[in-house]
Amino acid sequence: MGIEIRGINKNFGDFVALEDINLSIPSGQLTALLGPSGGGKSTLLRIIAGLETSDSGTIEIEGNDTTNVPAQKRNVGFVFQHYAAFKHMTVAKNVAFGLEIRKKPKDEVKRRVDELLRLVHLEQFSHRLPAQLSGGQRQRMALARALAIEPSVLLLDEPFGALDAKVRKELRNWLRRLHDEVHVTTVFVTHDQEEALEVSDSLVVINDGRIEQIGSPDDLYDRPASDFVLSFLGPVTRLGDHLIRPHDIDITRYEHAATARGRITRWTRVGFEIRLEVTPDDVLHPDPIQVVVTRSEAVALQLHEGDLVWLRPRAGVEELSR
Amino acid sequence: MDDSPTKDTVNLKLSPEPTKRLGKGLRRGPGEGGVRPSRGAGTYFRRLLVITYLFLLIIWPVSLVVQKTFDGGLGNLQTALSDPVVTGALQLTVIVALWAVAINTIFGVGISLLLVRYDFPGRGVLSALIDLPLSVSPVVVGLALLLAYGGTNGTFGPALESAGLQVAFATPGIIMATAFVSLPLVIREIVPVLQEIGTEQEQAARSLGAGPAQTFRRITLPSIKWALIYGVVLSLARALGEFGAVKIVSGNVALQTQTATLVVEQKYQDFEQGSAYATSFLLALIAVAALVVVTFLRPKDDTDGD
Repeated sequence: MGIEIRGINKNFGDFVALEDINLSIPSGQLTALLGPSGGGKSTLLRIIAGLETSDSGTIEIEGNDTTNVPAQKRNVGFVFQHYAAFKHMTVAKNVAFGLEIRKKPKDEVKRRVDELLRLVHLEQFSHRLPAQLSGGQRQRMALARALAIEPSVLLLDEPFGALDAKVRKELRNWLRRLHDEVHVTTVFVTHDQEEALEVSDSLVVINDGRIEQIGSPDDLYDRPASDFVLSFLGPVTRLGDHLIRPHDIDITRYEHAATARGRITRWTRVGFEIRLEVTPDDVLHPDPIQVVVTRSEAVALQLHEGDLVWLRPRAGVEELSR
Repeated sequence: MDDSPTKDTVNLKLSPEPTKRLGKGLRRGPGEGGVRPSRGAGTYFRRLLVITYLFLLIIWPVSLVVQKTFDGGLGNLQTALSDPVVTGALQLTVIVALWAVAINTIFGVGISLLLVRYDFPGRGVLSALIDLPLSVSPVVVGLALLLAYGGTNGTFGPALESAGLQVAFATPGIIMATAFVSLPLVIREIVPVLQEIGTEQEQAARSLGAGPAQTFRRITLPSIKWALIYGVVLSLARALGEFGAVKIVSGNVALQTQTATLVVEQKYQDFEQGSAYATSFLLALIAVAALVVVTFLRPKDDTDGD
């Protein structure tokens, strides 16, 4: 159940957008399609919605083969990056659109619209036009509009991509809580790994038209299947012969069994964390190593730029890659 | 760290963007842009230049027509309106204009959608062809239509005539000529608006269950409404005033195929200037009235969005 994707291929001219995609998206979960821009994730989402056709392969939504069903009959809620608000309609009319198309009775439409506007905290804006709302408000309206038709799946295409950083964070927390309330099978596309890790139940990493890895946020972060997934999900650095995340490195000022030794050659403070660059003495591995420590750790260790330090993987950290 | 689950910062705050441009004012003064540079002598000079130019070219000559029409009170208008040649021509003009506008509206919207929403070989050529009626002299248009649809030796004329449809020297020919010359006006108004609104709203409508017809009626049409109305009014004005193409195609037979513009010419040459002025005045009045109505109806800012 949920969404079954089998053998999807899609080319745009010579460009291979998707190559033999097989994926099962479980019911009731929030799944993120994560990957760099142009990797094919939006195309896959649009194929699920029926807004784009695949060259081959099949799509099943909740057990029904929808491969050849037109978009308007798939009962899929779609949210666009740039809101796609119906500019000539009020917020209430926007939300009511799908219900009016389905010729629902007037009082039912009104009741449902009120309910949804409350859900997205826009009840006092129902008579405004989209142009009179902020970006975040417009996107919440678009979400209410998509939810109004009680879709079997909800698809979001970079839903917070056009918003500023602060609103983006607020909205993704809010989306997570909303999903915990409505439990509709949700797939959202993003190129922001932090967003994907924070919000989703499971992640699908897509790159160059192929699926790199499928798994829970923990799986992907701790056990990446490839160097691509490893480096895409967060910063990495090379310590000795292994790739490791900069915050998984133990740093001391006293000699002990260490993987590398060197001087702190760069010191960048970003909020509560301090990003260091340590240039090792090791002639075999001369590349600078990135290390991240918190400000309180740095104070406790009395670290300063130019200090000689010893580095080793933090205890319990799995070695990520050869 | 923000871990308080009750803190809903998304919640209930008033629109951070101040509600903007709600007014439906029609003023489009120089102050529209907000900051207004101090006016020097140069500004006044430029303004004077423009006004003088417009006055000499448009305002003064047109006002002379109005003045001449009402020289002897309402006499000229009364004479003209009691002349069956004039009233018949006005009637024909209105019928022809309405037909031409109706045809151009339907095909204009269709061709615009085709040009903007679909990619096909020859799109560039089609786009260029649509401007042809604006660049080719209407007289040439009239001649071309005669060659194609002339009753005796036109390409299609004899066949159509034997089927009972006379095109040349009859109302259908006049309508064709008028539709031809006013074809681009609707399209050139709609195309930029269609390009600007993009297809996302239409895709959203489709995903919400709307079929193609519903999407067009509920989403596309309201979005292009004002551009369409403006294009229609411009076509109407152009259709009412068409002279060259109609003169050749119609045969200019009084009481049968003579339109209002042709009457103006004939009356003027027949030394019935009073009637000529009055008819001109009526033609100008309809066109100006249509433009004024649209200008007043049109919201100042109807495409405000992102």
